[in-house]
Amino acid sequence: MNGERGAWQRFLASDFFYDFKRSPVTLVSFVIVVTLILLAILADLVAPTNPFDPASLNLMNGFTPPMEPNAFTGETFLFGTDDQGRDLLSAIIYGLRVSLFVGLTAVILAMVLGVSLGLLAGYRGGWIDSLIMRIADIQMTFPSILIAVLIFGVARGLLPPDLRDELAISVLIIAIGLSEWVPFARTVRGTTMVEKEKEYVQAARLIGLGSGQIMLRHILPNVLSPVLVIATITLALAIIAEATLSFLGVGAPPTEPSLGTLIRIGQDFLFSGEWWILLFPSVTLLALALSVNLLGDWLRDTLNPRLK
Amino acid sequence: MKSLTTRLAVGIAAALLVSSMAFAQTLRWARSGDSLTLDPHAQNEGPTHTLAHQIYEPLLHRDMAGQITPALATSWKALDDNPNVWRFQLRKGVTFHDGATMTADDVVYSFERAMKPTSAMKELLTSVKEIRKVDDYTVDFETNGPNPLLINNLTNLFVMDSDWAEKNGASNPQDVAAGETTFASQNTNGTGAFMLVSRTPDQKTVLKANPNYWGKGEFPLQVSEIIYTPIQSAATRVAALLSGEVDFIQDVPVQDLKRVSGQSGLKVVTAAQNRVIFFGMNVGDSDIESDNVSGKNPFADIRVRKAMNMAINRDAIKKVVMREQASPTNVIMPPFVNGWNQQLDAVPANDVATAKKMMQEAGYSDGFSVTLNCPNDRYINDEAICQAAVGMLGQIGIKVNLDAKPKAQHFPLIKNKTTDFYMLGWGVPTFDSHYIFNFLVHTTTENRGSWNGTRYSNPALDTKIVALESETDLDKRNGIIADIWRQVQADQIYLPIHNQVLNWGMKDNVQFDVQPEDQPHFKYLTFN
Repeated sequence: MNGERGAWQRFLASDFFYDFKRSPVTLVSFVIVVTLILLAILADLVAPTNPFDPASLNLMNGFTPPMEPNAFTGETFLFGTDDQGRDLLSAIIYGLRVSLFVGLTAVILAMVLGVSLGLLAGYRGGWIDSLIMRIADIQMTFPSILIAVLIFGVARGLLPPDLRDELAISVLIIAIGLSEWVPFARTVRGTTMVEKEKEYVQAARLIGLGSGQIMLRHILPNVLSPVLVIATITLALAIIAEATLSFLGVGAPPTEPSLGTLIRIGQDFLFSGEWWILLFPSVTLLALALSVNLLGDWLRDTLNPRLK
Repeated sequence: MKSLTTRLAVGIAAALLVSSMAFAQTLRWARSGDSLTLDPHAQNEGPTHTLAHQIYEPLLHRDMAGQITPALATSWKALDDNPNVWRFQLRKGVTFHDGATMTADDVVYSFERAMKPTSAMKELLTSVKEIRKVDDYTVDFETNGPNPLLINNLTNLFVMDSDWAEKNGASNPQDVAAGETTFASQNTNGTGAFMLVSRTPDQKTVLKANPNYWGKGEFPLQVSEIIYTPIQSAATRVAALLSGEVDFIQDVPVQDLKRVSGQSGLKVVTAAQNRVIFFGMNVGDSDIESDNVSGKNPFADIRVRKAMNMAINRDAIKKVVMREQASPTNVIMPPFVNGWNQQLDAVPANDVATAKKMMQEAGYSDGFSVTLNCPNDRYINDEAICQAAVGMLGQIGIKVNLDAKPKAQHFPLIKNKTTDFYMLGWGVPTFDSHYIFNFLVHTTTENRGSWNGTRYSNPALDTKIVALESETDLDKRNGIIADIWRQVQADQIYLPIHNQVLNWGMKDNVQFDVQPEDQPHFKYLTFN
């Protein structure tokens, strides 16, 4: 039997996959997440227009209701258009890309930072542990969105004005990443403290391996499964944090809208009957965040032997 | 028995509450932005003047119909033997909020303060040579030449107490562009119908009726307290009016007009506003930093400016962004102003093909990129208009990066000349073209051209603008005005968009006419 085929078949026969098959909620969430991610990746091919190209917009198409021809231009849009005549379907697909990109990279940043600090704190102990964990405690007392707003504000203040729009997305990623590292660090630290007393770590130490190697090669693989769960749940949080920041007007610029920016724009037309500008981006955000969250919950339950 | 007493007590308490409410009428007022400062001479800006008008008073002001009406002066006339001197008789028995009496000394002091270098109001007084006290209640304004239209310039020039200002180190107007704050930018002592109770900038300002106001019996004065809350978000502002949280909003978002006027208990009052919205470009510098063209300034090329003017689809902005609540124009002058005519106003055809050709002739067939600075809490749909312009200019190859900010950060960019492409709106309180020329067209000098962010400088025009101040022959004067406009239009130093339409939303029991300058004077407001 060749190895790759074997791995796939082992996966199909695993408890993990069995649990997955048996949970319809998880299946639906998985399909939604995969579809949205594919849409975001293939945005250039899938979206009817490029909403980030202002020159392609026709203002006269503004406020076209879904599936109805525009009164001036006669064009029809599946999800309607926003106040600038942007096709909402395209704007949502591109916005999804911004939201997912910001969410994923922010989580990776938070994960790298949190796992390294957690490993260091748990393995070394002593004052390093106290220092890192006290910083984590202090940061935990603030809502993470507040920290993200703070970081965003400071970074924007430091940047020259002409770079602000170009770097807005990077600043957003750093702001969210730095505000979400604490859960990773806490979990990894706890697990590391348990693992480092185990025989295999003692053995590694006895044969003279350096602490860096022990942390990365031996302890890290054994603390990864809770990290995976936290990463998934944090992804949902990060997507919502990005939407919140953009909704507050401190995130993605209106010329390159993310889902949050689209919701902010739509909010202005809540009372005037142009419901689609708010509804479609909101439903998309809801579907994305909820599905990721449900997947995270399922992952947590499945990977936790105590809940079986 | 006991329950009857309780009920009686509750009934009486309720009756007292209701009757006291009928006498003490609080007006909760909201608009998108806040006043920028309490210093009456530090900013020449509509919402700043609106708050100042409640607390301070000018010698004369425009009433709710836009007519010039006596305020601190009771009468004025040019002297028969010397047409260069205007004599003002001041109102007697007027006191400042701290109890001090208002006299000619305060008037002279205030006008001299308004002519200082840090004043934002100095362009209005460029024709004035000297202000003299004749006696305690008479003041003479001597002009450089006969200026028949001087009084038109005085409607937003407020009088403050000289002793109070001196005592508190506020003898100079606050320098806003330099980020200064002073005692007078945070405290007030005026003669107006309302006194400042408390203020947190951008959050809440509370005023109460001035018990010693000179205008008792002359004005309705039915408002006993004003609570002013700036609410930038259009949806939140409308929600506040719909839910009854505020009584009066000065800027109903155009998309919500139907909703507000359709709700029982609320109404919308509409009128054309004396305010034009336009873009300005740096046409003067040989190179600009905010573009991607090195070594030259694309805006300095008239063909680029003409192409941009053609690329802007004003009709689309009116129909979609403004929902018909605007009148497109091709001149930076509202129809209220002396010098306006239909020919200047007529909008050019939106012709992208020709505009592209002109860009090509100018050597920009691949276009260029530039930053557009835009306010987001000042004019009706300001940011949405800028976004629309980004798209329209994109069609002729100009890639515009939009930088939208609150007006408190936006306006200093224009005053400090640190923007090369910006949005501005201009109201004309004097109802005369000279006001536009002196602020927006004249070369920036010590006391003129302070809002001319275009760096445009035309000495021949400057001479003509100054000449307007002492031309007594009105026909000849109008001829010079027409001349200046011809040049301004030919040089295309601005890209005019439209004149605004005002939509004030209020509760049914509020009786208030729309003031064409968007300046509500709450002493005229009545409840029914």
